[in-house]
Amino acid sequence: MADSVNYSIISSEIFLLIALCVIMLVDLFQRDKERKLTFMLTQGSLLTLFIMGVQDLGVQETIGFSGHWIQDQFAVVLKLAIYLTAFISLLYARPFIRERNLMRGEYYLLTLFSILGMMIMVSANSLLVVYLGLELLSLSLYALVALQRDSNDASEAAVKYFVMGGLASGFLLYGISLVYGMTGSILIDEVANYIAVSGANLMIQFGLVFIVVGISFKFGAAPFHMWLPDIYHGSPSSITAYISSVPKIAAFGMAFRVLESSFGGADIHWTPMIMIVAMLSVIVGNIVALIQTNLKRMLSYSAIAHIGYFLLGLSIGTDEAYAASMFYIIVYALMTLAGFGIIIFMSSDKNDYQQISDLRGMGRYHPWYALMFTIIMISMAGIPPLIGFWPKLEIFRLLVINDHVLAAVVAIAFSVVGLVYYLKVVKEMYFTEATDSPNVSNSRSLKIAISVNCLLLVIFGLMPDRIYYYCLSAFTSLN
Amino acid sequence: MLENYLPILVFIAIGLGFGAFLELAGYLAAPRKENFDKTLPFECGFDAFEDARNKFDVRFYLVAILFIIFDLEVAFLFPWAVVFQELSWFAIGAMGVFLGLLVVGFIYEWKKGALEWE
Repeated sequence: MADSVNYSIISSEIFLLIALCVIMLVDLFQRDKERKLTFMLTQGSLLTLFIMGVQDLGVQETIGFSGHWIQDQFAVVLKLAIYLTAFISLLYARPFIRERNLMRGEYYLLTLFSILGMMIMVSANSLLVVYLGLELLSLSLYALVALQRDSNDASEAAVKYFVMGGLASGFLLYGISLVYGMTGSILIDEVANYIAVSGANLMIQFGLVFIVVGISFKFGAAPFHMWLPDIYHGSPSSITAYISSVPKIAAFGMAFRVLESSFGGADIHWTPMIMIVAMLSVIVGNIVALIQTNLKRMLSYSAIAHIGYFLLGLSIGTDEAYAASMFYIIVYALMTLAGFGIIIFMSSDKNDYQQISDLRGMGRYHPWYALMFTIIMISMAGIPPLIGFWPKLEIFRLLVINDHVLAAVVAIAFSVVGLVYYLKVVKEMYFTEATDSPNVSNSRSLKIAISVNCLLLVIFGLMPDRIYYYCLSAFTSLN
Repeated sequence: MLENYLPILVFIAIGLGFGAFLELAGYLAAPRKENFDKTLPFECGFDAFEDARNKFDVRFYLVAILFIIFDLEVAFLFPWAVVFQELSWFAIGAMGVFLGLLVVGFIYEWKKGALEWE
């Protein structure tokens, strides 16, 4: 075991905590209704964190704080993805929350708190620290969803989110307590040792079931997905963009640390469970998304389907497959951000335009943004030149070479089904007659953010190896 | 294995018996003199006899939450203060960080007006 206190491995977290305190105090004594300084400081801290993270790339695996904390390439890559997507989501949010009286310092503070929680989740090396990070993340998100107090939908979504999130945390914690009861330790390494020596007995398997259920709940994978569309629909769109993208990256970190690092020796017990959850998500998500008329609900069901594909990678259980899953989740976060970004872009005034029919006439009146949205939809559907294609291909390939041919065939079939609702949006933009021009935002920063985000999908799609290389490096360094 | 739990069974029996005895004794022996003052609200402004499911002011929650934070602070400070003389500078620094974070939160809640009732 490494020495106990080693500040260098938590320097990013310390920096973020100090930045949070400073931003909180600065924001308190600020009279500016636009919160420009708070915004600048928040984005500045994220950029600083990103630069600190880039310098950490390629670190040696270091364990500290009595084995509760781990710093490795896996954590660094995930954290970089978290900073980047959070940065983009805050860019999207600014014009949107200004219109809706949500421009308060708390918006930025809660976002930063949730980022701190996510950093703890991906760097945790004990089950309790994972849980600590998860709760810091979840509590901030509940409060973020509830931030729009005068909206019935948002309040309802917040209560639902809180109750379901609490239930999921309860499941997870119960599973952890059973595992602790058997192994006598909450350290991930010790749990892995116990399983390597004594095997996974019935009690461990029992705890594992609860842990898998808890994690599936947090991901919103079918059959634990019922809360997800309501919450994505009810939250203010900028917050939906945030909660549907960034926390999923951290949730992947959590799933990997808990399932593979601790229970890797017992993977014959949890991989079939994850496989079933994944297949159900792919099927339910793609089929229910077909009949949605509300864009936000459609994107939520498509999110369930995407989580299904991503979990398929997790259920294969090889290092290469974990890398593919990681690749998938990062790409998914970028695509979802862009997707909800378009909804934010359409809702420039106090009204929310989120029906698919509201997109009519985009192709005629705003051809550039219609093109951007087409790129997002095609990328989500997984059509070759765009980034959404590559992680899907990689996961299907790994499914086939690891003898899960049936799963691969079903997943590909439902991927084709998914094409229908993605292309329905494109059809609505270009081929349905519009009575007047659709509503779009005038904010220049939003226009730039959307264009850059979509062009990233194209550029990464043309050279996917850059991201995939880092994802693979996270797992080769683990061995 | 099972006989290890015998003390717990005995304890449950004693607990039940003792509780029942006190209730019964109070019921049989206590004088009952209803008067107006006894039915008045005596804590938190609630009526003593009413339905448990009714609305009440959300500000009570806020006060309760703020109370818990500082209650926990004291719960951490006491054991720390007891062994204070044997502690290193590291422990003093750690407590300083903890109190510093609480002070930031305290400034926040004060400035936001959470401490004012109206």
